[in-house]
Amino acid sequence: MRSSEVAQPNRRQFLSSTAIALLLGSTGRGLGETIAGSPPWKPFDASPPQTLGSGTWYFLTPDEVRTVGAITERLIPADELSISGKDAGCVEFIDRQLAGSYGSSERLYMKGPFQPGTPEQGDQFPLDPRQRYRLGLASLQAHCRETYQKAFADLPPEQRDQVLTQLQTGAITLKDVDAKAFFALVLQNTMEGFFADPIYGGNKEMVSWRMLGFPGARYDYRDYIDKHNQKLDLPPLSIAGRSEWRVKD
Amino acid sequence: MATKLPSTDVVVVGLGWAGSIIANELTDQGLEVVAFERGPWRETARDFNIASAPDELRYSQRQELMLQTAQNTVTARNTPSQTALPMRSWGSFHPGNGTGGAGNHWAGITFRFQPEEFRLKSHLTEKYGAGAIPAELTLQDWGTDWSEMEPFYTAFDQLAGLSGRAGNLKGQIREGGNPFEGPRSEEYPTGPMRQPYGPTLFAQAAKDLGYKPFPVPSALISEAYTNSLGITMGPCTFCGFCTNYGCANYSKASAITTILPVLTRKSNFRAQTNSEVLRVTLDATGKRATGVVYVDTSGKEWEQPADLVIVTAFTFENVRLMLLSGVGTPYDPETQTGTTGRNYAYQTANSVQLFFDDKNFNPFIGAGALGMGIDDFNNDNFDHSGLGFFGGGSIRVTPIGAAPIGYRPTPPGTPLWGSNWKRQTVKNYLSSMSIGCEASSYTTRTNYLSLDPTYTDRLGRPLLRITFDFSQNDLKMSQYCTDKVAGIAKAMNPRQQVAHPMTGHWNTGPYQSSHVVGGFVMGADPKTSAVNKYLQSWDVPNLFVVGASAFPQNPGYNPTGTVGALAFKAADAIRRLYLKNPGPLVSA
Repeated sequence: MRSSEVAQPNRRQFLSSTAIALLLGSTGRGLGETIAGSPPWKPFDASPPQTLGSGTWYFLTPDEVRTVGAITERLIPADELSISGKDAGCVEFIDRQLAGSYGSSERLYMKGPFQPGTPEQGDQFPLDPRQRYRLGLASLQAHCRETYQKAFADLPPEQRDQVLTQLQTGAITLKDVDAKAFFALVLQNTMEGFFADPIYGGNKEMVSWRMLGFPGARYDYRDYIDKHNQKLDLPPLSIAGRSEWRVKD
Repeated sequence: MATKLPSTDVVVVGLGWAGSIIANELTDQGLEVVAFERGPWRETARDFNIASAPDELRYSQRQELMLQTAQNTVTARNTPSQTALPMRSWGSFHPGNGTGGAGNHWAGITFRFQPEEFRLKSHLTEKYGAGAIPAELTLQDWGTDWSEMEPFYTAFDQLAGLSGRAGNLKGQIREGGNPFEGPRSEEYPTGPMRQPYGPTLFAQAAKDLGYKPFPVPSALISEAYTNSLGITMGPCTFCGFCTNYGCANYSKASAITTILPVLTRKSNFRAQTNSEVLRVTLDATGKRATGVVYVDTSGKEWEQPADLVIVTAFTFENVRLMLLSGVGTPYDPETQTGTTGRNYAYQTANSVQLFFDDKNFNPFIGAGALGMGIDDFNNDNFDHSGLGFFGGGSIRVTPIGAAPIGYRPTPPGTPLWGSNWKRQTVKNYLSSMSIGCEASSYTTRTNYLSLDPTYTDRLGRPLLRITFDFSQNDLKMSQYCTDKVAGIAKAMNPRQQVAHPMTGHWNTGPYQSSHVVGGFVMGADPKTSAVNKYLQSWDVPNLFVVGASAFPQNPGYNPTGTVGALAFKAADAIRRLYLKNPGPLVSA
């Protein structure tokens, strides 16, 4: 498998919720229409967000899933404030992002020549995020096996933190990628997963939004704008609604 | 070889604010207009549906409404001696795409420039003496003045439904408005927006210090409004998904909410979307535009002949199209000759962050142009004698929303991950605010636009190359103005405040402002300007190039109100003067 290849999603769906009605079998039954259990339309029909369903890995290999899990549970550790980044779905988020248009940089200018520039000239690496993860994770694994004779995921938490700090500061070099840039990418994507709308696979049950007091995808604060310096405690709302909205699964 | 199409009266290149305004005015005149847009058609109900619009990952992080760099980008360097490299993803600025252009994802802050700006060089020379202007600057007058601009600002106000309070109505200074604005002939069409806590606290502190706070003029309107074309808009709900997003409420004025619903229904108008104009075609003399050549999504090229060509494709593409079409002479920084690419400028972004223990700002209640500001330290509103710089900034608190991938303020020294990162993030999320100072950017000899010698777009055409760095003038100004902001912050008594004046080199990475201006500037002298005061090319009289590309330098204000006014100004000149007597409207 080439480093940039991606498993084809076996099904694409807008949301994993079973509450979404598919308009199957609704034709040829005369003018009457029975609506039961869910509304007779598909959300985002005209302009859908690109999301992939749960239950399968689209890009990451089992070994990579384990490594990214071991990273994201240290970047965002479980503590009194929240569950870990791993438990919040950051690995699923990263996997689906890499499988989509973000992973292949298909929207970005990727023409050469690639040459290093000044710090002000920004990212000039020729690799797309899929390649950066594949090579970066393999290089990290090689580093850990060489230095500790263990896989990264098998290191105790303190030692993982130490390795991550070394990547962050460039204290260690990786074989195929720039260590600092690789760390920055994984950190960025982990935070995206933790704080993005749950429809993308992370931020499980809006855990980060509840933690911060961010009400999410609400669209009207006209009743609240004049309530100065008051804690509002508004329960957050995802693009997909709230789990309480579902009477049964 | 391009396939030639039947001729039309007018071709418009780009259906953002400027192109839509001009197309609408010229179709009212009875002309047949074909408008080209390199991006897709965008529609509020379909594309900015309330169910899917508030999506930070999609719109702010992955930048779905913006031009994709795979289609077109720029190269950048700080000085003429460096090798420019491509911006592979947008950082410093966010060019738009599709109908509505950057006017869909803009913030909506809509100042008018001040009367002094239109004759800046003359004004500063008269007031401080020619010797006081730093030698590095290439400031210019606009070739127009306030009396010529004001009616077109008013036309834009009434199209967009702007919310605010006049500070100078027909020469009368009014309490609660901006006393530094030029005299306006009409009050704002809609009243000022209600204000959340942060701007209110700031305005009180500023007032106590003797400054003159006012509601930031906003194109996210405060109440239902039916505009000058008969299109109705709804009130802003402060949803906090505004800058970088399309508006689902029909509250944010844009070409798609205020013009295109009418324009689309006219029988003498046609929009050609997903069609990128490659060049303006000229006749053998080079003095007359014959139309444009564009490419469709299949890669096929078409030639659309026209009697009149209007280029309204955002600053970058306006200048690039002129360079690719051979209109005017490319600017040479060594000899300071040529006007295509001359006087490129930006905006200088400064701020002070405030961290409190005892306050809750509910920062998710926001909108791109919601807030309070002062103009006491903007442009030449304060005495610059002996300061060693000119210019200044609009100081304001405008909470745009607080979607947390991007908004997680923490004090310097906070770790970027781990438990301590999380504690600090939670502690400061609701209780922090920031005072911004969006400041002027004054032009220099070596800040300019040209074609890149190496990097090409997907069609093999050279990318536009930006050569830009902050002038010493602007860096001094930033320090001075940020100190003033820090003084206001101190009076608000936060636990901690952190000043961020602009320092060092222009960096393409962090977002600063999409207010890129100049490169095809207007003026009275064809040696130093590319278009006259009607936005008509000096070299090709049936070509008008309209947008912020016409600004000779950038004051401490957002550009869109002036872009809108210039579009009305150009359309008026075409309707009133050019059609009666096609040819140069100003003799060189």
